Amino acid sequence: MTPELGQIALILALLLALAQSILPIVGAWKNNSAMMAVARPAAFGQGFFVVMAFVLLVWAFLHFDFSVQYVADNSNLALPWYYRITAVWGAHEGSMLLWIFILNVWTLALALFSGQLPEAFAARVLGVLGIISVGFLAFILFTSDPFGRLIPMPPDGGDLNPVLQDPGMTFHPPVIYMGYVGFSVAFAFSIAALLGGELEQAWVRWARPWTNIAWAFLTCGIVAGSWWAYAELGWGGWWFWDPVENASFMPWLVGTALIHAQAVTEKRGSLRAWTILLSIFAFSLSLLGTFLVRSGVLTSVHSFASDPRRGLFILCFLIVVVGGSLLLYALRAPKVAGGKPFAVVSRESAILVGNLMFTVAAAMVLLGTLFPLIGDALNLGKISVGPPYFGLLFPLLMLPIVLLLPFGPYLRWGKGEPQILKRVMLRALLAAVACAIVAAFFVDGKLKAIAGVAAAVWVAVGVLLYVVKRWREMPRGRRYPAEMAGMLFAHAGVAIFLIGVLLSESLSATSDVRMAPGETKTIGGYDFRFDGVRETQGPNWRADQGTVTVTRDGKPVAVMQPQKRTYTREQIQTESAIYPGLTRDLYVALGEPMDKQHIDGAWALRLYYKPFIRWLWFGGLMMMLGGFVSACDRRFRIRRTAIVDVAEPMRTSVLAENRT
Amino acid sequence: MSRLIPFIGFLLLAGLLGFGIWWNTGHDQTAIPSPLINKPAPDFKLPLLYEPTQTVTRESLLGKPYLLNVFASWCIECGVEHPVLQAAAPTLGVALVGYNYKDAPDDAKAWLATHGNPYSLLMADTSGQTAIDFGVYAAPESFLVDAHGVIRYKHIGPITPEVLDNELKPAIAALPQEPR
Repeated sequence: MTPELGQIALILALLLALAQSILPIVGAWKNNSAMMAVARPAAFGQGFFVVMAFVLLVWAFLHFDFSVQYVADNSNLALPWYYRITAVWGAHEGSMLLWIFILNVWTLALALFSGQLPEAFAARVLGVLGIISVGFLAFILFTSDPFGRLIPMPPDGGDLNPVLQDPGMTFHPPVIYMGYVGFSVAFAFSIAALLGGELEQAWVRWARPWTNIAWAFLTCGIVAGSWWAYAELGWGGWWFWDPVENASFMPWLVGTALIHAQAVTEKRGSLRAWTILLSIFAFSLSLLGTFLVRSGVLTSVHSFASDPRRGLFILCFLIVVVGGSLLLYALRAPKVAGGKPFAVVSRESAILVGNLMFTVAAAMVLLGTLFPLIGDALNLGKISVGPPYFGLLFPLLMLPIVLLLPFGPYLRWGKGEPQILKRVMLRALLAAVACAIVAAFFVDGKLKAIAGVAAAVWVAVGVLLYVVKRWREMPRGRRYPAEMAGMLFAHAGVAIFLIGVLLSESLSATSDVRMAPGETKTIGGYDFRFDGVRETQGPNWRADQGTVTVTRDGKPVAVMQPQKRTYTREQIQTESAIYPGLTRDLYVALGEPMDKQHIDGAWALRLYYKPFIRWLWFGGLMMMLGGFVSACDRRFRIRRTAIVDVAEPMRTSVLAENRT
Repeated sequence: MSRLIPFIGFLLLAGLLGFGIWWNTGHDQTAIPSPLINKPAPDFKLPLLYEPTQTVTRESLLGKPYLLNVFASWCIECGVEHPVLQAAAPTLGVALVGYNYKDAPDDAKAWLATHGNPYSLLMADTSGQTAIDFGVYAAPESFLVDAHGVIRYKHIGPITPEVLDNELKPAIAALPQEPR
């Protein structure tokens, strides 16, 4: 009975989403308050039913309801309860339900905290979110029903893909969807502004924390995904330029451009059209990512079971939403252009250059991702551009950003002072060169590693000098407002990230070896002794578990136990053993037994020594922290509470103050 | 006008994606064209299954076309194609060479004893090393090699009666009409 309730809940949610999308937008157009007032109750109602559907699916998983096809396909009696919850988003249908669930979380938050926005504007924003809901609810109901029944009910189910049975996977999808879907808020703001024909700076200020939070979630999600690939896939890599990774990375690149462009628009009123275009792009790329992952148009290591019908549906939805909003932009955008002028040497220019680089990089990634498709279209055969293409172009495009990054804060809005700039540049350059020379001795003259040290020092010194400058020049309490602290955190994160990427890329050592028990292999100064393999057992798997004892100069360092697991349905999954450290990771993955008869018990092993690799995730987390901290700025908050507290006539005057 | 550029760009993208959907409904993405087609078969030297002291090489098979059939006793699909091969072997027009892949010799012999042995020659690649040169992903796979040792046709998966009639037989008929 409960699965049918879930289905009914989704149908009711779809009807409420229709009400939420059509009535408020028409109401805002006709200036009809009654119709606009539908927006919030409809959003709450939709949220209620979507949450209900989601909870019912979780319930079905927790209670082994194998009469539900989706539950039977993705779980079994032996699967631990926590993985039965994450199995909800372990395959296509459920992950769409997670998508719409998170869209509703954002919509509810927006409905709750949008009290101070002008009535018509809030109605339009919620209406646009309603349109997106309609699309995805219809998609779930017509092409990917998670509540479909399976008759007769099997005694036991299949299994959750063992690749997904990992702690990293429990929170990676929800977090990354928080980011993806979070860009819908900025998108809805832009569309509402285009529909209304004007973009107030105050509204951009109001949208900024939302975009920052979405961006921070996306950053966290990508970091978690990269960490999961590193720990779980057993290849020792952290980024593969896979279509699905690219699908999450493109919105991130555009989103990074967007949070900076929003700052310009909010503070100076310039780049309005650009900000609007970027918010359309960021969300469109999120939708495009959904399309690429689920349509089967591109093959990837972790794409979902594909179905052309689903692809066609999302494509039609893309055309309506993205095509429609870009057409709207073409027709209405000129009306919201304007703002204060700025000189060549100014913070606006620096941000604009960065924006351009991020956007071009996103386009470059898009082109590379779609290349196999272009090859098919032009009848060039099966071609794809892999890491060589991305590995060459991406660093080139990021180079200007890294070079400019330390100076952004020093540049004034409107017109910067070249004098201060020269002084800072000289100091950062000296520090970078000095550290690079010292580093050259430690890394055997490997160019990439030296470049990594120099770039990281360049960025870090720039950030540090600015921290010192603020400390000296500003009175206590006004030195580091949250918005600025967040920016400094994120930029420092870039420095840490650079160390992680460039040092681990150039200094890593790998060895694929056949080892018999007792044999020792040395890489990166560490001695790895193989002590053989024995059988072990988990809740829903059995495994061959190897033991590798690591020593350095005779002193014990770690005992590592990589596994080769066989899950309930005979799926095999490698569990690599990682011994983490601040300056290096040791990583062992168990391969195949080398002799079937087990005479000497030799196995194929893959050993890695990965210096500083942890820093790249740590840098990513710093960037995420920066996003969250910035979003907490009192400037965004106080204004809001002040507006809520004051009486209605005051509200308009406060908003009027901010007009340019 | 310049405001229309993003919209036009998107239309191009949508066209490409639409093409992608249409293309993928008609084409199997997993069908990777073998880079070996119309290339000489890789060099190999493998022992005979029944007489492991004797070996077969690429050179020793030159002169006559043959169908190299990769199979294993552990492969369920091989059991599906085996009756088809057995029925077709006498009228195939080319020699059927068995390639026993990653199999324990005793298992293979027992399997052939129960299912029958249609092969005129049987070699064993117990380690699966040589199969890597042939680009074998899994059993069963079949390679049609002409008299000059050039691979002319490749099929991944079991040879069904349809594959036999629609692909394999035309491929054999299209072989250069040299000493057969």
